[in-house]
Amino acid sequence: MAQQNNGTELHGTPKPLWLLAEITYRCPLHCAFCYNPTDYVTHTQNELSTEQWIKVLREARKMGALQLGISGGEPLLRDDIEAIVAEAGSLGYYSNLITSGVGLTEKRIAEFKRGGLDHIQLSMHDITKEINNFITDTNTFELKKKVAAMIKAYDYPMVLNVVIHRYNIEHIGEILEMAEAIGADYVELANTQYYGWSLINRAQLMPSKEQLEKAEAITNQFRKRVGNKMKVFFVVPDYYATRPKKCMNGWGQVFMIVTANGDVLPCHSARSLPGLTFPNVREAESLEWIWNESPAFNKYRGDGWMKEPCRSCPEKEKDLGGCRCQAYLLAGDAEGADPVCTKSPYRHLIDEAIEEAKNPKIAAQPIIFRTDKNSKKLLEGELRERAQAFHALP
Amino acid sequence: MSDKIRSEDVFGLARHYRFQYEEAQGCYVLLFPEGMIKLNGSAGEVIKRVDGKKTVADIVAECKAAFPDVPDLEGDVLAMLQLAYDKAWIARKE
Repeated sequence: MAQQNNGTELHGTPKPLWLLAEITYRCPLHCAFCYNPTDYVTHTQNELSTEQWIKVLREARKMGALQLGISGGEPLLRDDIEAIVAEAGSLGYYSNLITSGVGLTEKRIAEFKRGGLDHIQLSMHDITKEINNFITDTNTFELKKKVAAMIKAYDYPMVLNVVIHRYNIEHIGEILEMAEAIGADYVELANTQYYGWSLINRAQLMPSKEQLEKAEAITNQFRKRVGNKMKVFFVVPDYYATRPKKCMNGWGQVFMIVTANGDVLPCHSARSLPGLTFPNVREAESLEWIWNESPAFNKYRGDGWMKEPCRSCPEKEKDLGGCRCQAYLLAGDAEGADPVCTKSPYRHLIDEAIEEAKNPKIAAQPIIFRTDKNSKKLLEGELRERAQAFHALP
Repeated sequence: MSDKIRSEDVFGLARHYRFQYEEAQGCYVLLFPEGMIKLNGSAGEVIKRVDGKKTVADIVAECKAAFPDVPDLEGDVLAMLQLAYDKAWIARKE
């Protein structure tokens, strides 16, 4: 009678049900696992204006967009989020502010409530001040607790997002208890996926298989105990799977991302793919053209682009060959099977990373935090060696 | 999983859920953090009557009046409400 899904029904013309507005790449935090592009520093001076965002929201809503994520960077660094939220509210979006909490004040949250913001997703990092402050390279531990209380006081659903990596995976039980104590309604334990900054820091961040299995077992026990009171999502890291994820539920099927500078993307890291030009809302005739007609959005739609082993694979509809960016970043072949798949001729690259995670190079290589300075260094080549292991050079 | 719904129960949408008609999809949807559910025609007709005031019996009666030609409607409406309750899309009003 009803279908529970993420808008994954694929019959008929695909619609951008999920719109992610990566409204700025500026961020007061410096998380080493950030998926943002390592060359983000080139997109911090040319952000879309309030009017341009409002136009994007209106056009996308007409096309069927329904779930709106306002993200970044740290979206609260812009002082027009109130206007954007109010527009989203009047258009009928179900809107979500995805934030580190830095910059959230009583005055702003009251304004968001009035404007019709539906929920706030707060990133948390650990139960210890030391790990929180280390991995984000900021002193934000106490602030996050205050922000959580504010979210609760304004009767927002408490949605916590915790990116999981080697430094916090063994605290997962305590992290869940903390979430329960502060009254979280939803907790997303998002195992790090390796793109952008997290890819160049993979050797430091990736947990071992043993750590992962233990974390999953603890999560399942916790779920049993709390039942319906709290929804806990455990996003499985694909490296430890034998088949790839159905990335973004298919290229250009349900997700559309508009970046700080107005580029329109089918996934967060699509700009790392070679030979593609992504349309920009400043120049393209309309969002509708971008979604329906642009060469970039049609490039990997459906399965016409596939080659072996995907083409004849009985599971090709299930995962659509996995992630194009991962195929390119790791194996240099954007049309190949995602190397996570055991049918990929490049699966050994994943197995080597898994092997390495048993004896991580934590001491041998410094972690590279997401900063403007490091972004420039990656662009100018000083940190080239770290990026050279992958096809991730900006 | 959870208890059975009763005809005198009153339900409202679960906290933080939103229900609306979507022109672009031509259907009702339920929206909540991190997800959405598209409802087919009959599911939409049932959920749209869940308003925190009507009893289950009221909803059944209204659906029967709105769709007099559908046989065995009561069973379908109750099954839909039970499903929505089990999935925690709707919550019992005390």
